[in-house]
Amino acid sequence: MGERAHAGGPLIGVLALQGGFDAHERMLAGLGAQTREVRVPADLEGLDGLVIPGGESTTMTLGVEREGLAEPLREFVASGRPVLGSCAGLIMLDRSHLGLMDVEARRNAFGRQIASFEADLDVAGMPGGPMRAIFIRAPWIAEHGPEVEILASVDGHPVAARQGHLIGVAFHAELGSDDRLHEMLLRLVGETAGSA
Amino acid sequence: MRDEATFRVKSGLAEMLKGGVIMDVVDSEQAKTAEDAGAAAVMALERVPADIRRDGGVARMSDPEMIAGIQETVTIPVMAKARIGHFMEARVLEALEVDYIDESEVLTPADERNHIDKWDFKVPFVCGATNLGEALRRIGEGAAMIRSKGEAGTGDIVEAVRHMRQIVGEIRRLTMLGEDELATAAKEIAAPLDIVRGVAQEGKLPVVLFCAGGIATPADAALMMALGAEGVFVGSGIFKSEDPALRARAVVEATTHWQDAARVAEASRGLGPAMVSLESSKLESEQLLAQRGW
Repeated sequence: MGERAHAGGPLIGVLALQGGFDAHERMLAGLGAQTREVRVPADLEGLDGLVIPGGESTTMTLGVEREGLAEPLREFVASGRPVLGSCAGLIMLDRSHLGLMDVEARRNAFGRQIASFEADLDVAGMPGGPMRAIFIRAPWIAEHGPEVEILASVDGHPVAARQGHLIGVAFHAELGSDDRLHEMLLRLVGETAGSA
Repeated sequence: MRDEATFRVKSGLAEMLKGGVIMDVVDSEQAKTAEDAGAAAVMALERVPADIRRDGGVARMSDPEMIAGIQETVTIPVMAKARIGHFMEARVLEALEVDYIDESEVLTPADERNHIDKWDFKVPFVCGATNLGEALRRIGEGAAMIRSKGEAGTGDIVEAVRHMRQIVGEIRRLTMLGEDELATAAKEIAAPLDIVRGVAQEGKLPVVLFCAGGIATPADAALMMALGAEGVFVGSGIFKSEDPALRARAVVEATTHWQDAARVAEASRGLGPAMVSLESSKLESEQLLAQRGW
């Protein structure tokens, strides 16, 4: 339980304090990665990459404080290992939360649940055409620094960004069947491992 | 192409609540306490189930003023309850833009034959169930999340355990049946065949399954997670206890760390008395809320 074995694949952690962690695990396992649920700092040991899933960012922030995970997560990122943050995960990465990406996310920017939607989204650098993106009480990126590359926007608001080995998206790919975003993370993991 | 209110969008919010605790609150102050303790969402209602039980009378949808006040106070999702079959209360809640509607047996049913046609709404619904057939009928009506019913307002976990074991056990049995046995199985539990087929194939419901009704302690929450719940609703258990903020944090912690008994033990220390409880088996049959709905 908590760890899915696939011999040979990279080991990707999924922050599992609260939220949509198992959909990410399913998608990563489908791509041949091993996964591990991360609840305490020790769970970060030996990981090749990390996903911070959607969920409630207030709940996750309290969980990160309770578990003393903020500093270990910063060290994880400083070590150069790739991270994908999705929805609340994007918020966790921003300046006001863990301060790992030079972006400021605006919470619930698209509105309450009744305004949640799915749409075909063109993502820069993503081969194979637009991807189906599911936005649930989603944030958008209100501000970003010069190091941040915006990969996709909705109504002029950035909803996907990359800064080096960090990817932050406002939407959920893991609730659909399009695994190209997770493939992008695994590609970064491969490049990082190759350069180490 | 932009599509709102697809089933993925509706059930997707429940996916984001997984591993979390949804707390009943009756005013903005309680909502703030719940949010600060790490609740994944709040359920706005006028009286918690323990008080509905004590006061008797007809229990209805909450005052929109109160719901709006809670929506302004917290940033986490706000849910609210409509009476079974009362689609107009549900329309009102939709107009208020609550994030989820609970068509709930805790309120007095408005229709003794029909549940709400939940496909007809943009806001998603969560519904209670005591067994698999009931869960799948609600999903057939459009529910995007299921919670086991338990017996709300008692602080007695026994009915929650019964319902969760029933649902999970029935799912397990379905996965062992042959393709040619599924039509009869669907008939026996009075559930739509296509959904029964999906459950037999996947070994799980097509929507998120939470537990509700009777959770009073961190260990109760951890128990229900171990039995297959993907998250928990706590009604009277938090704000009818002696120290709600402390207990709320403890239940959140135990729900995250249910696999680690040492963490559940740590979370359980020094919480003060739990809510005043009622033993479910001593209740008269007309006092059993779980029997409402079908």
